[in-house]
Amino acid sequence: MSEVKPDLIDVQINGEWHSFPKGTRMIEACKEVGVEVPHYCYHPKLTSPGNCRMCLVEMGMPPRPAPGSDPVEPDEDGHVPISWIPRPVIACANTIAPNMGIRTESEMTEECRKGVMELLLANHPLDCPICDQAGECSLQEFSVEHGKGESRFREQKVKKPKNVEIGPRIRLDDERCIMCSRCIRFMDEIADQPVLGFTDRGSHTTLTIHPGHELTSNYSLNTADLCPVGALTSNDFRFQMRVWFMKETKTIDVNCATGANITVFAREGKIYRVIPRQNNNVNSNWMPDSHRLNIHWINSEARLTDPLVRDEKSGNHRVATWNGAMQTSADALLKLDGSEIAVIGSARMTNEELLITNRLAKQLDAGHVDVVAREGEPDGYLISADRNPNSNGAKLILGLENPGSTIDQIREGIAQGRIKALVCLQENIIDDAGFSADELAKLDFFLTSYPLANATAEVADVVLPGACWAEKSGTMVNGTGRLQRLNKCIEGPGQTLEAWEIVRDLIQALGGGNGIYAATELFAQLAGEVPEFEGITFGQIGDLGLPLIETDERIPLLEREAERKAQGLIVG
Amino acid sequence: MAIVVKRPKLKWWEHLYLPALFGGMRITLAHFIKNFRGKGDHAMQYPEERWDDHLPEYYRGAPALVTDVQNRERCVACQLCEFICPPRAITIIPEEIPSDDKWAKVEKRPKKFEIDMIRCIYCGLCEEVCPEQAIYLRQDYSITGESREEMVHDKKRLYEIGGVRDGLVNKWNDLK
Repeated sequence: MSEVKPDLIDVQINGEWHSFPKGTRMIEACKEVGVEVPHYCYHPKLTSPGNCRMCLVEMGMPPRPAPGSDPVEPDEDGHVPISWIPRPVIACANTIAPNMGIRTESEMTEECRKGVMELLLANHPLDCPICDQAGECSLQEFSVEHGKGESRFREQKVKKPKNVEIGPRIRLDDERCIMCSRCIRFMDEIADQPVLGFTDRGSHTTLTIHPGHELTSNYSLNTADLCPVGALTSNDFRFQMRVWFMKETKTIDVNCATGANITVFAREGKIYRVIPRQNNNVNSNWMPDSHRLNIHWINSEARLTDPLVRDEKSGNHRVATWNGAMQTSADALLKLDGSEIAVIGSARMTNEELLITNRLAKQLDAGHVDVVAREGEPDGYLISADRNPNSNGAKLILGLENPGSTIDQIREGIAQGRIKALVCLQENIIDDAGFSADELAKLDFFLTSYPLANATAEVADVVLPGACWAEKSGTMVNGTGRLQRLNKCIEGPGQTLEAWEIVRDLIQALGGGNGIYAATELFAQLAGEVPEFEGITFGQIGDLGLPLIETDERIPLLEREAERKAQGLIVG
Repeated sequence: MAIVVKRPKLKWWEHLYLPALFGGMRITLAHFIKNFRGKGDHAMQYPEERWDDHLPEYYRGAPALVTDVQNRERCVACQLCEFICPPRAITIIPEEIPSDDKWAKVEKRPKKFEIDMIRCIYCGLCEEVCPEQAIYLRQDYSITGESREEMVHDKKRLYEIGGVRDGLVNKWNDLK
């Protein structure tokens, strides 16, 4: 039986023959076999105008015999000698053809690159010491690799607008711009706010924003990521930290159920910026500004750093040891019957934390277990209506059909005095779930863990510092049912513990089992206990996640991207 | 390879040590008389007397920040010296220059610039790496303090040591 093969075409790249599917762009074919073609304007998720000319390569086609002469005989592999075309072509917008030859290391290609680099640098300000892009700038990199190393330009450089506020979060430096038009295409094709454009075409070509408009789109900061130079910079990250100092951690966004894949940049325990990481099944290459800027509370003064226990005499909180706080909690909880205890977990917890929370609920024989629901308006791009990152995990592991639906019953129970103790993990139930301080004051015992000091902590008997998303590892299931890994980026402040460690210690203080030392161990147990996770190992999940369950949630931005890919507009 | 050193065989009067003792005292006495007549070598009376006049041009003392003839602080807080510094003695926190400042076009300057002189090893890599000719090793070698905090040179102190430097590349002139 013969296999059904896609239409494969033989192409020679730097002297070696390879096969690629029909319709592959030359640049992508080169990339596939590990040959880098430098480029600025080309981006696989955007249309290809071919205006930077950096990807020029030498190309050849099979010889076309003159009328009457014999065609060239192919060799035993079916290839004919290539006749090289004396002028270069761009690799980004051209697709491959049968028996095509591409040379990326020939003298002509090198000369083209050198020429393009010289022209791009003629008017570039070379203010790398103050430019935020330095260290991750394609212009710097290709200048070292393909540039001349010196300038022959003795005239005055063209002056253009600098330090222009084009939006609430984006700053533009036109002198640094190399006119690749990526930002223009992104705002037009993906963010649907086509307000950027070029004016004064010629030597004075200037990137500008339409008069009377601002770059207000919630996706505007993606243009700063796209910009190959430092023309567009983020107001939030501007001058904060040089890129070479920061440690990069691949993790996921926790601001909504989409779970955008991100890279977190941190130095010495402080997170400076978050940028999206490509995952074609989750967030493509983009993420919303509102989510990426929601990091500044992590290093704020309001962080809890020590376990606190309410002093019986003064009524104020005092700093306790972890053991002391656990013992106080266990003593109070063991006095009560299971039906008098409610456990509120969080759909912001990882699967591992939810599993151990479930164990705690079983250990206490708690009458109520639920998580706090967070709903918002979906934005039609990447932001999901569900603002919890792991609602699907809560459904699977805690066995909740509709997470958040029994919170009102818990409130009633507290009001009526049926529920006497509440264990609230990683949630601020006064601000986020509509509880009031007076209601919670009725409880005999109230334990809360949370990264920040807040109104809920104020009324609690025991307050525990729980690590935030950037300070713990684990897994989450996003809205579309994809299992993804959350990775630890920084250490938590002070005595902070991850929620699963807190719950483990509490179970131990209550007299239950112990013996869990790492979140990965909990994942192994999860794989044995919850059928959906069966057979999956932590390492198997990888950086891009695994499809775990089927849901009916779709990500609108990805659907539009698939459409544009089907039309052949983008590579995808 | 080990070298075998032969132990000299001492005569009986050498075992008494007295001749060596008197020999030493003769040298001491000779120096005493020479100094007494004002002709001998003597130790430099530090700190009243110093090496300062004898320091060579290339002497590497304390690193310091300099201003140029237009009184502009040359450092733009690119943090390359912080990156290159082998003992991690330099700490910089950058800030944006406000738009009403005379040098607003430079955009960036250090808000905080500290060199921990307990850590500094006077290697001069900061001077070598600086793309703005802003940091130089001056001839100050006597860096002392009574506490660790005092040994950390802040921005003000660094400009005091560095002073104004002439003849540097005028990168941020009117044309720019």
